[in-house]
Amino acid sequence: MDFVFLFDTLRQLIAGVPLLLKLASISIAAGAVLALLLALMRLSGSRALSLIAQAYVFVFRGTPLLVQIFLIYYGLGQFPEVRQSIAWPLLREPYWCALLAFTLNTAAYSSEIIRGGILSVPFGQIEAARACGMPRFLMFRRIIAPQGLRVVLPAYGNELILMTRSTALASVITLMEVTGIASTIISETFRAVEVFICAGAIYLVINFAISRAIAIIERRFSKQVRPLAVPAHI
Amino acid sequence: MINFIELMGFGPKGWGALLLQAALMTVTVSCAAFALGSALGCLIAWARISGNRVLQVASDAYTTVLRGIPDLLVIYLLYFGGSTALTAIAQKFGATGFIGVNAFGAGAIAIGIISAAYQSEVFRGAYGAIAAGELEAARAVGMPRWLMFRRIIAPQALRYALPGLGNVWQIAVKESALISVVGLTEILRQAQVGAGSTRQPFAFYITAILLYLTISTASGWCFQRAETITTRGVRRG
Amino acid sequence: MTPAESNQPAVRLRNLGKRFGNLEVLKDISFDAHEGDVISIIGASGSGKSTLLRCINMLEVPDKGEVSVAGESFRLRVGSDGKCHTADRAQVERLRQQLGMVFQNFNLWTHMTIIENVIEAPVHLQGRARQDALREAEALLEKVGIADKRDSYPAHLSGGQQQRAAIARALAMRPRVLLFDEPTSALDPEMVGEVLRVMRDLAQEGRTMLVVTHEMAFAREVSNRVVFMNQGLIEEQGPPAELFGSPKSERLRQFLARVN
Repeated sequence: MDFVFLFDTLRQLIAGVPLLLKLASISIAAGAVLALLLALMRLSGSRALSLIAQAYVFVFRGTPLLVQIFLIYYGLGQFPEVRQSIAWPLLREPYWCALLAFTLNTAAYSSEIIRGGILSVPFGQIEAARACGMPRFLMFRRIIAPQGLRVVLPAYGNELILMTRSTALASVITLMEVTGIASTIISETFRAVEVFICAGAIYLVINFAISRAIAIIERRFSKQVRPLAVPAHI
Repeated sequence: MINFIELMGFGPKGWGALLLQAALMTVTVSCAAFALGSALGCLIAWARISGNRVLQVASDAYTTVLRGIPDLLVIYLLYFGGSTALTAIAQKFGATGFIGVNAFGAGAIAIGIISAAYQSEVFRGAYGAIAAGELEAARAVGMPRWLMFRRIIAPQALRYALPGLGNVWQIAVKESALISVVGLTEILRQAQVGAGSTRQPFAFYITAILLYLTISTASGWCFQRAETITTRGVRRG
Repeated sequence: MTPAESNQPAVRLRNLGKRFGNLEVLKDISFDAHEGDVISIIGASGSGKSTLLRCINMLEVPDKGEVSVAGESFRLRVGSDGKCHTADRAQVERLRQQLGMVFQNFNLWTHMTIIENVIEAPVHLQGRARQDALREAEALLEKVGIADKRDSYPAHLSGGQQQRAAIARALAMRPRVLLFDEPTSALDPEMVGEVLRVMRDLAQEGRTMLVVTHEMAFAREVSNRVVFMNQGLIEEQGPPAELFGSPKSERLRQFLARVN
């Protein structure tokens, strides 16, 4: 075990962690907004909106993320209209292309999670809100969202872990997050196993931290349904 | 538009034939990976279900690690690690230069190892879904474990596992695109080659998207059909 | 209440009809409920009782006929799918605040405490100050007998307690009319009494109540009018003494014989 090499590699790899976290967190956050929109489109009464949302989810869940990244990074640059548009300074950069691809991709998966959360609220409670004369927006904010969140959290935690895993693909378009640095070190030193162990360890630590954080948040939310230590009526 | 059809068609300038070949490669490598994942996943699930504490911890560690690290890292490990090892061995025999392991092999094994982690969870869930009473009845009759697995567990577990397996298959197909980075000529690699050659990346990547959607949809139908067949005679609810 | 309003019945139904697919659940229902009326709606399962009640606050939209609350009619329109819909959402929300509903399955909001459930509508819908709403809510919880449960969550209460909380929640909106949809049907027998007691007190206060129920004792002793429904029509209606004492229709006689 060459601890010097391991330590040195770890030091180099950790430099890529901030980029990894930025990519993951921004795309999850932006993706969540888009996901909410898609879920609402699916659940709206409109057949047209629902079909558009379904088509979006179908395409983004049915094709590899790497292809989506390439399409945005290499494909869009082909068109003169895009190169002359105001978005070009951004779309030219691998960082923004990766963010866009990750956001669009996670939105598709997350929209199903959010939809499940909204549908999990017992219909009777929605009826009670309607019977009071509650307008739909208020009903969503006060009744559906707080309860849906309880169902959404564990699944979203999982999605967050999958996203940190997916950020590795950014290395294919030259971004130097952890996997990018790792592949550089491997191609220079050919010591694949040791680099793999270091890089893997970093990802596992990040995932562990995320799981713990989610578990703590979940526990805070579930106090209303946990049974009392002593029954309410004896 | 006509340009697109010519580009992707089967004429002299068309890339259609090459892309279809690449699609076949995608399906083939995914099948290989999935098969490996099934065999390995079965073993891991068995280890998890067994009463043995050591085996349980080991299989838990396996699934946690492989579902938490990027698939790309595993591919790099197997390809570059394997190549390094192969080169070192070859050098002992006097060969010079770098020897790369077969991209198909390294890729299929990498995806297979990861797929095993997911499949073991599916199998575990399927096993749990089989009514405990049926297993008890088998044990009471004195059925040996191997027979019990073959006659009672496996047939039923398959039925419960199908939806999950359909999902894992789709994941394997999508992950096969990553093997392009180590040079395997599947759909994404072929699209890259075409894009570089004709300077029309958008057309090629859109075609890649369409090819993957086709494989995904066709797979979905097949699994739906399989689910219908295997749930004949099961009362819902 | 304007002079014009005070002459109007609290709830008026005219020629109400409703079908679900091929099944005509309500055929032609007309009746009035005046201020202070306590009306029990009885009948066999499938007679359309619940649907009738749910048409009053538009949780179901009738296919034909008219529903008015204190003289104001719900505006309806025929949608592109051929079915009837409410035409004016703001009107529906406004009128619903005058119709407090109590459901068979309580339908309390499980992520809020009892007191939060009760003040939700007054504070967020009717714009009342939180402190005032809290004070009134505490008085209501006291009135229905669960003041000590104000900070508990619905999951921690018994069925009877939850239903009483639901009644307090409906009362908090200061509605003109209270609608009860089989309020005791989902309760264990030993808890039915506590809920009926609360309802009896409300009736004695002069509240306008429409109650769909299987509790014949309540119908006989507390209501001032009983409506017997059969297959989507009002078969017979009148004061309880008449209906229970000397039922005119054969089907009502059979129904009463079966439930006794």
